[in-house]
Amino acid sequence: MIVADKKPIEEIIEEIKGRTKILILGCNECVTVCEAGGKKEVGVLASALRMYFLKDGLDVKIDEKTLERQCDHEYLEEIRDMVDAYDAVVSLACGVGVQFMAEKYHSIPVYPGVNTCFLGAAEDRGLWTERCQACGQCILARTGGICPVSRCAKRILNGPCGGSTGGKCEISNETDCAWQLIIDRLNALGRLEDYETLSPIKDWSTDRAGGPRKVVREDVQS
Amino acid sequence: MKDVKTPSKLEKILAAGHPAVTSECGPPRGSDPEVIVKKAELIKDYVDSVNITDNQTSVTRMCSLAACIRLKLLGLDPVLQMVTRDRNRIALQSDILGAASFDIHNMLCLSGDHQSFGDCAQGQNVHDLDSMQLLQTVRLMRDEGKFLGGGDIERPPKIFVGAAANPFADPFEIRIPRLAKKIAAGAEFIQTQCIYNLDKFEEWMKLARDRGLHEKVYILAGMTPMKSAGMARYMKKRVPGMDVPDEVVKRLADTPKEKQAEVGIDICVESIQRLKECEGVAGFHVMAIEWEEKVPEIVERAGLYPRPEL
Ligand code: SF4
Ligand code: SF4
Repeated sequence: MIVADKKPIEEIIEEIKGRTKILILGCNECVTVCEAGGKKEVGVLASALRMYFLKDGLDVKIDEKTLERQCDHEYLEEIRDMVDAYDAVVSLACGVGVQFMAEKYHSIPVYPGVNTCFLGAAEDRGLWTERCQACGQCILARTGGICPVSRCAKRILNGPCGGSTGGKCEISNETDCAWQLIIDRLNALGRLEDYETLSPIKDWSTDRAGGPRKVVREDVQS
Repeated sequence: MKDVKTPSKLEKILAAGHPAVTSECGPPRGSDPEVIVKKAELIKDYVDSVNITDNQTSVTRMCSLAACIRLKLLGLDPVLQMVTRDRNRIALQSDILGAASFDIHNMLCLSGDHQSFGDCAQGQNVHDLDSMQLLQTVRLMRDEGKFLGGGDIERPPKIFVGAAANPFADPFEIRIPRLAKKIAAGAEFIQTQCIYNLDKFEEWMKLARDRGLHEKVYILAGMTPMKSAGMARYMKKRVPGMDVPDEVVKRLADTPKEKQAEVGIDICVESIQRLKECEGVAGFHVMAIEWEEKVPEIVERAGLYPRPEL
């Protein structure tokens, strides 16, 4: 899933300063699962903002709504009739949802309520960790199912670097060395000899380097 | 005498079977060329080639290529260190050509420390290629006269190409496979991490010999004299991938403070003397960090002076 984290409330207050009718818009997908922008968080943020404005004696209307998805025309249409009643939307969706909302409703300013962090998994209660950087050309088949693009701090395809120590990465003893994980996994699969195959130079044009990416599927379009 | 593929002095010395001696100089945090010239003057008659580090520990410094050109102008044989952290494949290939245009004939391919250790912790890193792929790139440019993009190079670079190896690195089971992989990628010489644990290093060399790797690559043993017991403790605890045995720390700690540097030099000289006998050790890479003035004494006392004339 896309993992996001809450923005500090001070930052949100700064974004919406001067607005008087605000819609807090949650999303029922990834940000709900990672507890940053679902119905519950919409409620918490709305109450906190109401209290803040009340304390300052400001008359600001704050409403709450959570859509099934914000990265989909169909669900964003659901608010067409109500959205004109607001002079700002704080979207707690990921960066994709915030932008899709802004693209659809040109005349209403949309502000992000979360920081979109990475593609990751819920490793433990309250702990989400990165697993993929959407490089567009998956090489997991070669690396025992562990991604060096997203999990090695240097994106090394023929690792490890000299800084791997006791299974941890040189950047922090709280971060696993991706290459230690890869080697352990190849070992467990009885495939350690695969380690000696050189990983070729990667085509990064399918990654960020190639510019904004697209997936076009004619079979789906027709 | 083995085949020589480049005009590199380092390659010629190694091919002739002499134990080579290299050292390294870190460029200054400024633009004064005298800093690098002075360091080089101190060591030039005692070493065959001099590595110039590339923004080591991710701290911004004068660029390695410019400092190498300074050495070249003094008539030295520089080893251009290049990390993959700061340059993409266009910049790497371009700098290789720039180096070749000044007849710089050695390169050491590295990934580089993570930028979070340096003075630009908020910067991007590049890592378009990794260090093994950089080795492959240099060999492609030199041996085939081709760019990565397929085009032909006019006057291809003549560069003797090396890599680093850490005989003490984790994970243990791939120490030797990793060396083999670097050789397969094109490494012709290896400069190792600083060695303090000689037993463990000799064990690593034996494993390398078992696979015949010492015949495919020249291995230069990395040596760094300790200035004090404090430095030994620091390296043991804080530097990733460093193996400093307790005896070394103890020997320094048991020495009165004012004599510790001297003992540090003794340990370094004794280590070189012992490893001269180790089959497969083709030379020594003496890294006296900000202590270049001690290199002549170490080289002389280790019986590696005078350097062979070619
Ligand atoms: S290799 Fe690329 S696509 Fe596959 S997990 Fe890693 S970043 Fe994602
Ligand atoms: S220690 Fe491991 S994960 Fe960290 S940069 Fe080096 S190879 Fe990558």
